[in-house]
Amino acid sequence: MSDTIILEVARFNPESDAEPSYESFEVPLRPDWMVLDGLNHIKDQLDGSLAFRWSCRMGICGSCGMMVNGVPTLTCETLLMNYAPGPVRVGPLDHFPVVRDLVVDLDDFLAKLQKVRPWVVRKDDFKPAREFIQSPAQLESFHQFSLCINCTLCYAACPVYGLDPNFIGPAAIALAHRYNLDSRDQGIEDRLDIVSRHEGIWDCTVVGECSTVCPKHVDPSLAIQQYKLTATKEWFKSFLLPRGKH
Amino acid sequence: MAQYTQFQPKAYRPRMSAYWYLDQWHYLRYALRESSSFFVAYFCVLTLVQLAALGAGAGRYAHFEALMRCPLMIIINAVALAFFLLHSITWFNLVPRVAMRQMLGRPTPDMVSSAPNYMVWFGATVILALFFLGVL
Amino acid sequence: METSSHDILIIGGGGAGLRAAIEIAELDPKVDVAMVSKVYPMRSHTVSAEGGAAGVAGKDDSVDEHCYDTISGSDWLGDQDAIEFFCNEIPKELLRLEHWGCPWSREPDGRIAVRPFGGMKKMRTWFAADKTGFHLLHTLFQTSLKYATIARYDETFATRLLVEDGAVRGVVAIELRTGKIRAIQAKAVIIATGGCGRVFPFTTNANICTGDGMALAYRAGAPLKDMEMVQYHPTGLPFTGILITEAARAEGGWLLNKDGYRFLQDYDLGKPTPTPVLRSMELGPRDRVSQAIFGEFEKGRAFHGPYGDYVHLDLRHLGEHKIETRLPMVRELCLKYENIDPVREPIPIRPVQHYMMGGVHTDINARTSLNGLLAAGEAACVSINGANRLGSNSLGEILVFGARAGRSAIETVRASGSGNETAILAQARDEERRLEENFLHKTGGAERIAKLRDEMQRAMESGCGIYRERNSLVASANKLRELRERAANLAIDDHTRTFNTQLTAALELGYMLDVAEAIVHSALDREESRGAHQRRDFPKRDDQKYLAHSVAHQAAEGPPRIEYHPVVITRWPPGERVYGR
Repeated sequence: MSDTIILEVARFNPESDAEPSYESFEVPLRPDWMVLDGLNHIKDQLDGSLAFRWSCRMGICGSCGMMVNGVPTLTCETLLMNYAPGPVRVGPLDHFPVVRDLVVDLDDFLAKLQKVRPWVVRKDDFKPAREFIQSPAQLESFHQFSLCINCTLCYAACPVYGLDPNFIGPAAIALAHRYNLDSRDQGIEDRLDIVSRHEGIWDCTVVGECSTVCPKHVDPSLAIQQYKLTATKEWFKSFLLPRGKH
Repeated sequence: MAQYTQFQPKAYRPRMSAYWYLDQWHYLRYALRESSSFFVAYFCVLTLVQLAALGAGAGRYAHFEALMRCPLMIIINAVALAFFLLHSITWFNLVPRVAMRQMLGRPTPDMVSSAPNYMVWFGATVILALFFLGVL
Repeated sequence: METSSHDILIIGGGGAGLRAAIEIAELDPKVDVAMVSKVYPMRSHTVSAEGGAAGVAGKDDSVDEHCYDTISGSDWLGDQDAIEFFCNEIPKELLRLEHWGCPWSREPDGRIAVRPFGGMKKMRTWFAADKTGFHLLHTLFQTSLKYATIARYDETFATRLLVEDGAVRGVVAIELRTGKIRAIQAKAVIIATGGCGRVFPFTTNANICTGDGMALAYRAGAPLKDMEMVQYHPTGLPFTGILITEAARAEGGWLLNKDGYRFLQDYDLGKPTPTPVLRSMELGPRDRVSQAIFGEFEKGRAFHGPYGDYVHLDLRHLGEHKIETRLPMVRELCLKYENIDPVREPIPIRPVQHYMMGGVHTDINARTSLNGLLAAGEAACVSINGANRLGSNSLGEILVFGARAGRSAIETVRASGSGNETAILAQARDEERRLEENFLHKTGGAERIAKLRDEMQRAMESGCGIYRERNSLVASANKLRELRERAANLAIDDHTRTFNTQLTAALELGYMLDVAEAIVHSALDREESRGAHQRRDFPKRDDQKYLAHSVAHQAAEGPPRIEYHPVVITRWPPGERVYGR
């Protein structure tokens, strides 16, 4: 087997280019190197102008998501070896505007994250002197949805988001669902106003790719479909008990 | 070409190809699943036509049967059946995505949540088959 | 040049910065607070913390005991007034996090669960499985979104503090997306930029941990304290340096040498028992355990691998269920990065640079010696960690002192008049010119950033690692001098404004060289062994001379000037550190 591999890396400089193109680099192929190590080899040794985001290199900060051979991937935890003998094509995440090279614009995602009110909402003023009592089963009910690292791979995998940028999207809805399910929260109605609009949960046509690419097994698709059930129930409730306070 | 004015870089906005669903097998499978609903609708209409023919007397029903025997209809119905099966299976498999999987106090495996669907499906098929074969 | 102004500016969007921002927004919604962060806040390195946060919770525990563990853990270099304040505040902070939605792990009755941790005499470490930092950061970030008054400059890289008439008045920063250089004015600036692990080659720290805030403060005239105190975590994965949390040992993991022998018993850390005993063996403090592993390397009782010697962390006897529920991330990391399953195989580990006890010198109120400048978190040194931080005290520190910095900053704003804006902006324009001439428009130059960084990291490891001595420290200091000169001749071939990461890498290298110099010279001057600072040529602790904080001031020319400030001793006179007996 060859001890090098070709990385075809997307290059785009908004100050001179109209659209991205791919540039090939030959990098060492080592058994313990991740795709990110290959990119860092390029940046350190071959071309210092290559722009990409990375930080923790242990799959928890969510910075280094890219398209690797057309699939949204966390490059810090994906072995280069998996793509041998190559070439491997590395591009910026799909469906986001490209700022430069492998860096995409995440403003839209951050705005959506804020929109779904991802914090504990209390309607009463109850503040226990100690902790809220929460059984392990209650914790378990939302725990999976609290594991999202905001890497936005799910947005890059979602054709609905690609076709309709107004779609709130998998990660943000999963986060709203996480707070809805949390026994300490009382904000379900506030969030429903935003999330149950057309560009919220009802835009989702259950492609399911968001859950396939999620590196933390959050299963945003499950969250969205569960949310649809919740929204339907709430709709019936408001229909049967208009404006009624429980 | 996008013009760069200092400090206001023009981000490149990719557009999705009209044939995006051909890019990956996952997307193609999704597109097939969605288009299968067309054949499901076709099957429903066909069943209604069949019932109407049955109600209109033996002559009309014989005519309907003759129509169904022509090779073109057999091909169309075979294709429709294939899509119908795909539709059923993919939707059964989606059940665990929709239903709360918190049975027995812990997440249940996907197969367990979709199994009842398959069992009902199988049971109904057996009853219908027995009925048509004249056992019942 | 674009200018803007706020009452308070926070540099750094990790745990300490976010906690400060929330404190300010809650205390006084009229105060205009902004946050500059070179990454989106949820990318900050707080996210990588695993094990937990210590805070007295049980009826059998007391604040005094937490104080004593922290003080003896610090080898009596921690300030006891600060430690007492910290230990009193932390349970309230952790509870606040609970009310904000942090998914703390629970007891069957629904109360917060606590686990044991290294160097702690009682079970008092709150945890969210082994992703505590991740949950803590995301809870803080998401809670901060509630407050419309918190303005954010995300992906904006601070390059210089603006100081006028002895007071900090803002910062110059580059907005990465556009390359715009901004002057952001403020009446108080809080540094919450985290650590500087990247000055070492083998570190658990993320790529962004380059000591930016430490260097910014140091250059502006605020000294750095106890910089020689560099923590090595005993259990990092070879090659990547990825952290395997101390919780793995707290849950009952064993450290074994190549003979399968629990070697810590040979290093005055107690006798081996099948289940973990607090403050004993694998639950000893990090400095002592790391030194013991190093001892095994020297005795030839370790395994030899392609990335140096290593020993084993054995979790097999804990069983799959416990590993899956208490340590899921450990298993995930081992499978992904080492291709081993800790349920069936022992984990290869070696000590790895992990944390800076030192940082910007602050008082108990998070104030530095410069007016208008505050610091909190790993970037700061209060000091509660002294010569060795106990595991699970740092997440508490970012909360307690982040909040404290927020409070103090509000007081500063209320007391401050308006500065001389003309002078401040003139300074900002100087900085803009420096950035353009030395980096953005620079041509020529022969040195590669990566090469200099590499040489710096190797110099730091060889001279300033777990064990140090005069000769190796002097060699490192000389090497750093040489690298600073060569750094003036950097080759910058990227002249693009938009998201120029070569520019930021060059600026980060400059920060790291400054911080590295402070570390080496502080280590050179401390002629004793204490906690994480182990001198071969001075193997004993020397309370006569060095029961004191080293405080490094940057000099205009030549090496930093090191002063010593007395340690605050209140109720716990210096004594012997006893573990396992």
